[in-house]
Amino acid sequence: MSDTSITMSAGGGSPEALSFHVAADYHPENGTLLGFWVYLMSDCLIFACLFAAYGVLGREFAGGPTAAEVLELPTVAVNTTLLLLSSITYGFAVLEMQRDRQNPMMVWLAVTGLLGAGFITLELREFAHLISIGAGPQRSAFLSSFFTLVGTHGLHVSSGILWLIVLMVQVSKKGLISANKRRLMCLSMFWHFLDLVWVGVFSFVYLMGVLP
Amino acid sequence: MSAHTESSHGHGEADAHGHDDLGIHATLKGYLTGFVLAAILTIIPFWLVMSGGFEKSSTTALVVLAFAAVQIVVHMIYFLHMNTKSEGGWNMLALVFTIVLVVITLSGSIWIMYHLNSNMMPSQMQDPANLP
Repeated sequence: MSDTSITMSAGGGSPEALSFHVAADYHPENGTLLGFWVYLMSDCLIFACLFAAYGVLGREFAGGPTAAEVLELPTVAVNTTLLLLSSITYGFAVLEMQRDRQNPMMVWLAVTGLLGAGFITLELREFAHLISIGAGPQRSAFLSSFFTLVGTHGLHVSSGILWLIVLMVQVSKKGLISANKRRLMCLSMFWHFLDLVWVGVFSFVYLMGVLP
Repeated sequence: MSAHTESSHGHGEADAHGHDDLGIHATLKGYLTGFVLAAILTIIPFWLVMSGGFEKSSTTALVVLAFAAVQIVVHMIYFLHMNTKSEGGWNMLALVFTIVLVVITLSGSIWIMYHLNSNMMPSQMQDPANLP
């Protein structure tokens, strides 16, 4: 600080021209969204670790069922479609939010929630089927890492649906106030991020898993 | 010192007005473009794997991974509205840092564990000296 003031006084003339420090602290305009983005990035690291675990253990079948035997691509294709559709319907909800049209927005949010619930239902049915044929998480290292990775993603989607319901209640009570819009944008990032992680899951786990 | 107080005061005033604008301007065109691209980038790898894929499964795996990487970029741009300007570049900085960590975690784990596996071949494991 003393250095700066010496420099400024030595300059004489206009102090603005000779300020060698940033006059004001930098504050992002939407600190919440940036903070939420940082959270998403740390969540991304969790998934990176689980992907790494699956990458290491994904071929260790321990004499049990292989990925090609137990993973059903048609189910995954339907699941992927549901999640991608829910991403675009959330996008439509954001567009209605920008126009301050509450009722169409709530409809799109409800559609998004239903698509997400459909995704979770199919995934739980897949898990139940695997466990019923003796391919539960305790069977082999492949199945342990598979259930951990896919289950963690499913848990995130379930939390997203819960958050969506809470937000819909908040919007119906308080309307489209600025705070609710901010929350909706955070959930938007969360929801699209989960779809992004699912791209990694269906490519790395399912599509590459069934390859010989 | 007085200059600093003045400037921070000025900044406080500038910051006082509310920010109803969330800084993100989503457009229907953007979402639809992202959706169509994502759908195409999903259908091709599914079709490729379900129809048998290439002769070498490693080629198919690489193609599937390449499509996934492109689709992740599409999701980033069209759904998460990422660009170098958002939040004064801090979004992009956090993203780049995360990508570096993810690449180190993934490639490092797979590389190290692959070599550990190669060095733990059954022949060595059956050596009586290695048995517990």
